[in-house]
Order: sequence, then C-alpha cells, then structure tokens
Amino acid sequence: MATNASRAAARLMISPAVVLLLGWMLVPLGLTLYFSFLRYNLITPGANPFIGWENYYWFLTDPSFKAAMINTLLLVGGVLLITVIGGTMMALLLDQPMWGQGVIRIMVIAPFFVMPTVSGLVWKNMFMNPVNGIFGHLALGLGMEPLSFFSEIPLLSIIFIVSWQWLPFATLILLTALQSLDQEQLEAAEMDGATWVSRFIHVMLPHLARAITVVILIQTIFLLSIFAEILVTTNGGPGTSTTNLTYLIYVSSLLQFDVGMGSAGGVIAIILANIVAIFLMRMIGKNLDA
Amino acid sequence: MGHIQLKQVSKSFGNIEVIPPIDLDIDDGQFVVFVGPSGCGKSTLLRLIAGLEDVTTGSIVIDGRDATAVQPARRGLAMVFQSYALYPHMSVRKNIAFPLKMARVPQDEQERLVEEAARVLNLTGFLDRRPGQLSGGQRQRVAIGRAIVREPAAFLFDEPLSNLDAALRVGMRLEISELHERLKTTMVYVTHDQVEAMTMADKIVVLRAGVIEQVGTPLELYRNPQNTFVAGFIGSPRMNLVEGPDAARHDAHTVGIRPEHVDVSSGSGMWTGTVGVSEHLGSDTFFHVTVKDLSQPLTVRAGGEVDLHYGDTIHLTPKLNHLHRFDDRGLRIT
Repeated sequence: MATNASRAAARLMISPAVVLLLGWMLVPLGLTLYFSFLRYNLITPGANPFIGWENYYWFLTDPSFKAAMINTLLLVGGVLLITVIGGTMMALLLDQPMWGQGVIRIMVIAPFFVMPTVSGLVWKNMFMNPVNGIFGHLALGLGMEPLSFFSEIPLLSIIFIVSWQWLPFATLILLTALQSLDQEQLEAAEMDGATWVSRFIHVMLPHLARAITVVILIQTIFLLSIFAEILVTTNGGPGTSTTNLTYLIYVSSLLQFDVGMGSAGGVIAIILANIVAIFLMRMIGKNLDA
Repeated sequence: MGHIQLKQVSKSFGNIEVIPPIDLDIDDGQFVVFVGPSGCGKSTLLRLIAGLEDVTTGSIVIDGRDATAVQPARRGLAMVFQSYALYPHMSVRKNIAFPLKMARVPQDEQERLVEEAARVLNLTGFLDRRPGQLSGGQRQRVAIGRAIVREPAAFLFDEPLSNLDAALRVGMRLEISELHERLKTTMVYVTHDQVEAMTMADKIVVLRAGVIEQVGTPLELYRNPQNTFVAGFIGSPRMNLVEGPDAARHDAHTVGIRPEHVDVSSGSGMWTGTVGVSEHLGSDTFFHVTVKDLSQPLTVRAGGEVDLHYGDTIHLTPKLNHLHRFDDRGLRIT
C-alpha cells in the first residue's frame, strides 16, 4: 500500500462505496433542506411556493417547540443520570466473584435486545396499567391507590422505560472497563490505608472516566431520537408533556401533513444534534488523550 | 521497629495447599530475601504478611502484636509492587502523598514529607509529572517514595526490579541496599533472581513449593547448602551435581562442585573432557566441558585469558575441600 500506483488503485476501489454512501446521505439531506423552505402541506395540494424562513419561524415560535426542547433535555439527562449511576453500581456488583456469573451477565444484557416498541407496550400494559398492571396490583395489595403512570407522571414513566433499556449497555461497557483495572492498584490503595469508598473515588472512578464518557456520547446520540416508546405509550401527551423533538417533527409532518414545517423541524434537529456532537467530541477527545 | 514472626502459617486455595505450615522470624532492621523459582509461593507468603491474603491457619505477629486479622493498612507495612501500581491519573506528588492523605495528615505536613521523600529519591524535578511520563526506574522510585512517606515498620518488595532492564536493575539494586543502610528499616524482598538475593540480603529464605528449604546468610547458603535444591539454586553459574560412581567414590549419592572450585589443566586430572561452548566474560571464562563418563556437561571457571577452544581436550580436578556431598534424598552429608 505504499507505492503511488497502489494508493491510486485503492482510492479507485473504495470510491463506489464512498459515492453510494455520500449520495445516500446527501440526497435526503438536500431534499429536507429544500422542503423546509417551501409551503408544502399535503392537505392543501397545488403550488408549493418558496416562503423563505417562514417554516422555521413558525416552528421555533410554536409553544410546543419549547416544551419539546425541555422534554428532550429532561429525557436525555434523566436517562443518562440513571444509566450511568445505575450502570456503575451494576458493574461493581457483577464484578464480584459469584456463582453462575456467565448466566447472570447474559440475563443482565437481555433488555438491550428487546425492541423499543415491544418493551414500551410490555411496560405500558403489563406493569404500569393501573387496572391490569403488576404495579397496580401491588399498590392495591398494600392498600394504596394504583398510580396511573402515563397520566400522572408521563415523562418520568418514559424515562424509566428507556433507562431500563439502556442500563444493560452502560453496565456492559463499565463492567469491561472495571475488569481492565490493574488489581495491584487496588491492593496498593488498600495498603495505603484507603477505605472502599476512597478506593472507589480515587482509583476506580478515574479509571472508569473514559468508559463513562463513551457511554454518555453513544447514549446521547441514540436518546435524542427516542420515538417508539413515546408513540406506543403516551402519543406525546397528555398535552405536550411527553413530546420530544423527534415526536414533534412526526406530529407536524405526519399528523398535520405539513411537510415544509416537518422538514424545518428536521433541519433544526440536525443542527442541535451536531452542536451536541461537537461538544461531546471535544470532551471525549480531551478525555481520550490523557 | 519491624519484627515480624510467622507462626505455623499456612495457606490453601480451595483444596490446594500452596504453603504448608511454616515458621519464620524476621528481626528488626533485617533485609530478608525470599527467593525461589516461579510458583514456589514466595509472593503468596509476602501477601500473607501484607494482609492482602488471609492466612488459612497460624498467626502473624508484628512487633509482638498479633496482626493475623488486622487490616493491611493497619499493620504498619508498606509494599512496593512488581507493576509499581502507581495511580496513573495522579501526579507523582499526589501519588506519594496518597497514603498521607488517607491517613488525614495535615496538608503542610504532607508537603514537607513528600518533598523530603522526593529529595531522598532524586525525584524533585518530576513531582508534577504523571507516572506515564516517567521511565521505568523513575516509576520504581515513585513507588518506593509512596512506601517511605508512611514511615512503615517494614517494607515489602514484590519482585520490584523484574520489569527493569539489566543495567537499571543493577543500579536500583544498589539504591535499595543504600536505602536500607540509611533507614535501617526491616525489608522483606521477594525475587526469583538469586543474584539479587545474594547481593542484597542479610538473610535469604530459599523456598520451593511453599516449603522453606533453607534459611541463612548469603555466604552460609553458598558454603553449606543443606540440599541439592539450594545447592543448585544459589550461586552463578549453577553448581555441578554429579551422580553415579564418581559420587560413590566419596560415599555419597550426589556430589556437588561449583564451577569456581575446579582446577583446569592441560596435563592430567580426575576427569578428562572436551571443551564445548565457552562464555568469555572478560574477567572469567566459563567452559562447558563434556566428560565421557558423566551424563551432563560440567561447567568450570577459568581465568579470563585462557587459550582453549571448542573441541580441545582438558583435564579437570575438583578441589576436595569444596566438594559438597548429598545422600539419596538430596540432603547434605556432613
């Protein structure tokens, strides 16, 4: 791969794949950008005149946009908080030598393989339903009034469902990181008089920092686009209390048939996601250098 | 103070007994080296003393106090690990100060002790670097620094030099010996390298399969090995062990003679052999000589400038007052 000829050949060989991938990305992106500047509503067919930034203006000033932004932040932040803290604790537990380690580890990973729609429905109907759900029965058994999860604490319920799905991912990454920690370091800290808590803070946590950053980065990318769980449980409601940005775009383009507005929302979502990505890449880059 | 006593200490992992009950006394201020081939239980023994492993039976007494069930940190011992086990995300300063921080020593006192340790170990210029930016020898010194600041009753070293290159190893060997002379603190040192054991120890403990084969000063072990294992392990190059009629002539099952205790002559001698590979070290030359009646070649030492070549015939005569005799169980006959 060193000669000029072989390098040129290599470029030629990979170019079909690059062109295909680039087209695959650029065509939809270009179309979305184009639509976002048109008045394009499927209910009123006919001319689709160019209207400049009007779609953006109406999308950004829509009261549900502000609600959707806050919900998105709460959803991503809440799930990250639960999965990182919970994942660290699960990893610490699973790192202990115990009987049936292999089976337990596989069982812990299981939720990750359940499809979002399925897990949303299972949680909605079998656990959180106030009449038929297990939580309802438990509450009744304890003499309390069953909680109607999706009308009383809708966003929290969704955060909980999504956390359940992503906890295994965090656990798995953090567990492998924990296992790569040099045991002699822990022993040295023990000899130095560090209690378990100090060992965790001063030795384990710094060692885990890199893995935690990776977990946060990857999860953020996926959590920004949470959709199925909301669609099958609350449909974004009550009101807009569980509408995130992804769901708001779905509402404008597929429920209100406003393609132009939906495209404008899509472009805004792309910009926001890239801002987050740049921010995270800088953070992760700093962490990976050390 | 650093007087460590092991009383009938044994260690089993599951059903496997890695260390059968042993007794050992380590006096205050002594430099004791545990030496043996890999897997002989020497590191396990050190970890038992440190408290990183629990003893199965027996008790460990440190300075007259039963420390068997005492936590590692409270035994007053400091350990230097084979991998140095420095905290990679902390600066050298913080690494050395870590035990002080854990002991809640006041900040200014910490500063003073760290500076002092750094001065003793020539680390003053490196205090703000991370372990990853240091060379092997410097990391080793940081690990020792982290041990020194605690002012322990005894230092425990677990093969500290095995990750260093040969030249650095000799240097660090000297530094550790000097440190011992200066601090006069008890040191327990584990190694598989008998040269380290011979050069550094006040007292050597030779271990094989968890059993103490012999305890003594380096010269005692060199002069009077109690069995063929110690005879073969201590001394470099290895002692020649000869069985069969040549040993029977001395009323023994095995006789041992060190390479340096064989006279080489071109005229006549007890054994006649052909020179095989020769190793020229400058000051000395070691010849591997194949003798017709012996199954294994003998190693002999000659002066540095001896003119002998591959295939030459030479005559060897052991010095009889340096001959070691062992019975059929490998034990020394006195």
